[in-house]
Amino acid sequence: MYRIGSGAGFSGDRIDAPQSVVAAIAAAGEGGAVIFETLGERTLALGQIAKRQDAARGYEPLLEDLLEPILSLCVSSGIVIVGNFGQANPPAAAAAIQALATRLGLGNLRIAVVSGDDLVGRIDLSQTERWDGDGRLPGIDGDVIAINAYLGAGAIADAIRAGAQVVVTGRVADPALALGPLVAHFNWSWDDLDRIAAGTLVGHLLECGAQVSGGFFADPGFKDVPGTADIGFPIAEVAADGSFVITKAKGTGGLVDLRTVKEQLLYEIHDPAAYLTPDVTLDITDVDLEQVGPDRVRVTGARGHAAPARLKATVSFYGDWLGEAEISYAGHNALARARLAITTINERVRMRAIPVRYRADIIGTVSAFDSDDGDFLADFADTPSGDYRVRFAFGGGSQREVERAVQEVNALYCCGPAGGGGVRQSVRPRVRTLSHMVPRALVETRFHFAGEQP
Amino acid sequence: MTASTQIVSLHRIAHGRSGDKGNRLNVNIIAFEARHWPVLEAEVTAERVAALFAYRGVTQVTRYELPRLGILNFVIEDALEGGVNSSLAVDTHGKCLSYLVLGLDVRVPVEPGEGQAAEPVLQTAR
Repeated sequence: MYRIGSGAGFSGDRIDAPQSVVAAIAAAGEGGAVIFETLGERTLALGQIAKRQDAARGYEPLLEDLLEPILSLCVSSGIVIVGNFGQANPPAAAAAIQALATRLGLGNLRIAVVSGDDLVGRIDLSQTERWDGDGRLPGIDGDVIAINAYLGAGAIADAIRAGAQVVVTGRVADPALALGPLVAHFNWSWDDLDRIAAGTLVGHLLECGAQVSGGFFADPGFKDVPGTADIGFPIAEVAADGSFVITKAKGTGGLVDLRTVKEQLLYEIHDPAAYLTPDVTLDITDVDLEQVGPDRVRVTGARGHAAPARLKATVSFYGDWLGEAEISYAGHNALARARLAITTINERVRMRAIPVRYRADIIGTVSAFDSDDGDFLADFADTPSGDYRVRFAFGGGSQREVERAVQEVNALYCCGPAGGGGVRQSVRPRVRTLSHMVPRALVETRFHFAGEQP
Repeated sequence: MTASTQIVSLHRIAHGRSGDKGNRLNVNIIAFEARHWPVLEAEVTAERVAALFAYRGVTQVTRYELPRLGILNFVIEDALEGGVNSSLAVDTHGKCLSYLVLGLDVRVPVEPGEGQAAEPVLQTAR
């Protein structure tokens, strides 16, 4: 049996989460792995921008905070750390981890750096097809910042077999973070597609951290979750045949049951018979789940088919500017005053011919569900009083024009409806992403140990 | 005799989660109890979900079924008004949108001894 835990489900996750996971795996005394998924679609572009400003940056900003409390125990207990926290600069992340190890008195670690995801300069995007899930989104219309292919688990497994204690990657398919250590441990053949599928499913269920163990789940009175301030991140106990149990450390909050596992099983999966990853096409249509103890769910039945011929790559480029501004109206006739603020801004933007696209929401009526056209808000019945926050969002290619639009909201203080307060405003550049499908032949995946020649 | 039915919100008998990739949204809807799986299958159709999201300009809804686990998975194309990096919406990921689907009304059979408490209440009133 091999234990893999999740230390982070996204960049910005709870930084103390890995501690109970590593403590539980260490206590079992058989080694294992802890994986960190900290790379959203945009994160690589933000890392790339940071790296251009400072060659020592561009990796996960919370890296040291995440690893400092667990690094010694991982090293002494034979727990391999695998993370895509290298983001746009895996070598710099590796150097930061070595510096941390030195500071902790751990000496020189075997830190592997996986490369090959960065395709800038290696690919002509006009020769590649777009990924169909982007639907009607407009094409690339800004300067390209980053192009990164989703790599498979091969180099991670090779690095661990070669003795890596830490594996630092940039973009890899999220489930590969778990599949790599499993292939290295069990010596599964890459042609044993059902085993590769099972390992991919382990990774899929772990990759979002607490989302399988009671996070993003609580709905009071319907789906109650104990200890939401201290949710235990998930641990998979994997058998050689690929079946596994999802559980969490004893004494932590959260829960693992059929409901939590089902919600995560289909999370961001489209066709359940064909979840495409670089290593395998995962089929979960015959998966069985069984509650085998408190906070223990056994997962069996993953099947694998041949991996897709092409890899997905995320292209990041400069998008438009986003301006947001909010103002509150409360008390008698508040909704009417909030609506008047919207029509006033409509008119101002039109009068001044400010070239922005925009929408307005009244938070407290309908906002998250509504469309840019305000379909739901139009039907929301007036109430005599309430406590509402009007939120305007403006998008445009010019920072100055977006700032002008935002400034109109600020001007509601003196010129708008009665009793408007609490204006907050921000204008920031956005990075857009689109996905393209790239031929495998263009992607060369490899690893090297930090301190050695790539 | 046909079993009597009542209308409840889907949220009473099912739970679910939404996720985004690009401009594509997926929402899984999961029966709390196996006995409600046929209700989900019959009532929560791709057509109804497409109608629910029509105001956002969705172009296609595909429904996948996992009867073994009592899960429906809806893949909703172009639901995100540009998605996480270009939408102007409050919730650019569409993370709230599972609850839009869970707001659908569904017709469920009334089990003996549950729901439709109207009769005993009427008797006492009389």
